[in-house]
Amino acid sequence: MEGNPLSALVLFHIGPVPITKPVVTTWAIMGLLVLVSWLGLRRASVEPTALQSALEIVVDAVRDQIEAIIQRDAWTYVPLLATLFIFLVVANVSAILPDVQPPTGHIETPAALAAIVFLSVHFFGIKRRGLWPYLRHYTQPSVILTPLNILSEITRTFSLMVRLFGNMMSHEFVLAIVVFLAGLLVPIPFMVLGVLIGIIQAYIFTVLAAVFIGAAVGSVEA
Amino acid sequence: MTPQIMSILGAVIAVSFGAIGPALAEGRAVAAAMDAIARQPESAGTLSRTLFVGLAMIETMAIYCLVIALLVLFANPFIG
Repeated sequence: MEGNPLSALVLFHIGPVPITKPVVTTWAIMGLLVLVSWLGLRRASVEPTALQSALEIVVDAVRDQIEAIIQRDAWTYVPLLATLFIFLVVANVSAILPDVQPPTGHIETPAALAAIVFLSVHFFGIKRRGLWPYLRHYTQPSVILTPLNILSEITRTFSLMVRLFGNMMSHEFVLAIVVFLAGLLVPIPFMVLGVLIGIIQAYIFTVLAAVFIGAAVGSVEA
Repeated sequence: MTPQIMSILGAVIAVSFGAIGPALAEGRAVAAAMDAIARQPESAGTLSRTLFVGLAMIETMAIYCLVIALLVLFANPFIG
């Protein structure tokens, strides 16, 4: 827990680019996920190993949820949304390891993820509907509301970012304060609560991304 | 009163009063969802998904207050 939540600890530089601790944590999580997927699907077969079955259960569960939200063939959207969900769960829960701060507790990681969601919403919307029909949905239900529609596009991306950042960062603060006040063992129930909060936030982020994409491709209202 | 004390007071007031409205609203939303699930347990899946999305929307208001408090404390343009 550093003093200022808006600036991250710089570990080293590559050329002029400072590499901060959240970035290194993100790389470690990415490496871990790639390694697990590679181990599980190295020899994928119809009679799966235990790890392959576990991975298939996870992907299938996420696909069911996304299909319930988007209400059409979900496989176009599963690679993006399931990756977001799995990455967020691992990143948020990584806080329980000693000396690891979740990269989502610093503003840069949620900002990057929200930017990905923002761009992919328009990408899927234009791909599904075509450029003009997609642009025309900003004038629904009335032309007068076009500025408000564009404004809500920006604010919902902003709140997507700030919600994740605020929850993860404030939980770090709560833990630091409880450690400061009460010492050993007392923070453990709070850390268990932190696991729950992390998973719920990952779920909310993914569900909201799916709802936004569903609204862009024209199957749900948002 | 120094600017530091004023910003700390500002952050405290922003978070404490900003938490009241969303807390009441989330309580009402969860109570309504519980009521609906008790009446129609078979629609619990759809209800809880909608509830989560709605709660996230309500919670945004409280998080805006948190952001303002953080800006006032750590990125205040009026303090050096």
